Amino acid sequence: MMISNLTKKRVHDYLLEGKREGRGLLDYREIEIELGVSKNAEGSARVKVGKTEVVAGVKLDVTEPYTDHEDEGTLITTLELLPLSSPRFEAGPPKIEAIEIARIVDREVRESKFIDFKKLCIKKGEKVWGIFLDIFSINDDGNLLDAAGIAAVAALRNAKMPKYDEKEDKVEYGELTNKGMPLNKETPIILTFHKIGNKIFIDPGQEEEKASEGRISFGFLDGNINACQKGNDAPLKLEELSEILETAEKKAEEMTEKIDKAIEKALKARENRK
Amino acid sequence: MAYTKRFDGRKFDETRDIKAEVGIIPNADGSAMFAFGDTVAVAAVYGPKIMHPQHSQDPKKGTLRVTYDMLSFSVPERKKPGPSRRSQEISKVTEWALSPVVNLDEFPNTVVDVHIMIFQANASTRCAGINAAAIALAHAGVPMSDLVSSVSVGKMDETIVVDVIKEEEDYEEGEGATDIATAFTSNSGKLTLLQLDGKISPKKLDEAVEKARDACKKIYELQKKTLKEAKE
Repeated sequence: MMISNLTKKRVHDYLLEGKREGRGLLDYREIEIELGVSKNAEGSARVKVGKTEVVAGVKLDVTEPYTDHEDEGTLITTLELLPLSSPRFEAGPPKIEAIEIARIVDREVRESKFIDFKKLCIKKGEKVWGIFLDIFSINDDGNLLDAAGIAAVAALRNAKMPKYDEKEDKVEYGELTNKGMPLNKETPIILTFHKIGNKIFIDPGQEEEKASEGRISFGFLDGNINACQKGNDAPLKLEELSEILETAEKKAEEMTEKIDKAIEKALKARENRK
Repeated sequence: MAYTKRFDGRKFDETRDIKAEVGIIPNADGSAMFAFGDTVAVAAVYGPKIMHPQHSQDPKKGTLRVTYDMLSFSVPERKKPGPSRRSQEISKVTEWALSPVVNLDEFPNTVVDVHIMIFQANASTRCAGINAAAIALAHAGVPMSDLVSSVSVGKMDETIVVDVIKEEEDYEEGEGATDIATAFTSNSGKLTLLQLDGKISPKKLDEAVEKARDACKKIYELQKKTLKEAKE
């Protein structure tokens, strides 16, 4: 969906004045996390950032390792922008927008060493656990990328290893062990900065995202950047990058804490529901 | 041995706990969730909007278009994301199940899109999808002459049961399991969906459909209640 020039100008002007719906340029909307969306997934999560909603699920399978990583499990991350979630998404194979988000989430999860892939090796060179991390948009009100990042981590934290019958070489789905996945204690997050004129802002709503001229996303874990992507046409001045990096460092710490808390709360709610 | 007791202890004519909610997807013109126990379906309605491509437009009336699919992790063994032959067939029969009550005469050249997604599956997903879609259409304010209510019935050996679960689908004793998906116009009680696989006599099928109709009356009550309680 394109937005009209008039809307674009209005949003643009508001942002230039630092005005948004009830929040500042560097304020995030409320984050809500619910775990265990599907009993049939090894792990799953529903994440709401304001009105934006995504779900992510983890399915595990026993597979062959890649020849260049013989003693490591594998990860495949997919993302579907469902037509259910917005009038602007059409049915069909994932387009570049979906592919880009999935790839950035994949990079951050992988490069931050959030998952200890070596611990997912069953028999070197022959059998390893393969992780499918599938993410779906449910309602698009902007910033699906950051939300997808949160959902991915929450679903992985929620996941339990399924039973594996080594003799039969079969995963016994539906029978989960008590063992969680081998994950880092620190949580990776994705934080995207947007630019309009000389103003930098985060967590755009749908209209703001459309009006945004340029964006840059960072994957953070424990103060370090593990993944980065500059998107859209507008170039960044080096001073702007410096300014963004400085803000990002502080903001990432704050967001990580917020997300960790939300995941913890969801884990507890999950325990109580059982 | 005859099927005398259900796996989950329900009475033969009893559905699982049913739940419904509307307005769950803010972007959509209408949306709803419907659950039979562990089977959870979500539906979103967009439209009426101009139909693209243009050659698909009907100058006499609007078109109802349904897409049904499942989240990859809604089932024990991961389903590859994207449509399959199965999901395309279900999309079509769902369209036929709903279209008799939807009146798009006033909206030529448009399409009303109904997107159904299964979040969690334990059999009867198409029925949960139809129930969700029917209330999502009503929630969107699409002109309708009636609602549609849907339920699956099964014949386990010789016993007719309402709202089949996965374990029952896989039942193999005696004549085994026959799985029957049905949908009715909620008030007038006309049949809009009938699919089955298994083995059943015509007489027994007649009996099964009657049991389904009775169960759908209860589902209809919940659908109405959910719509009345909708906030927007």
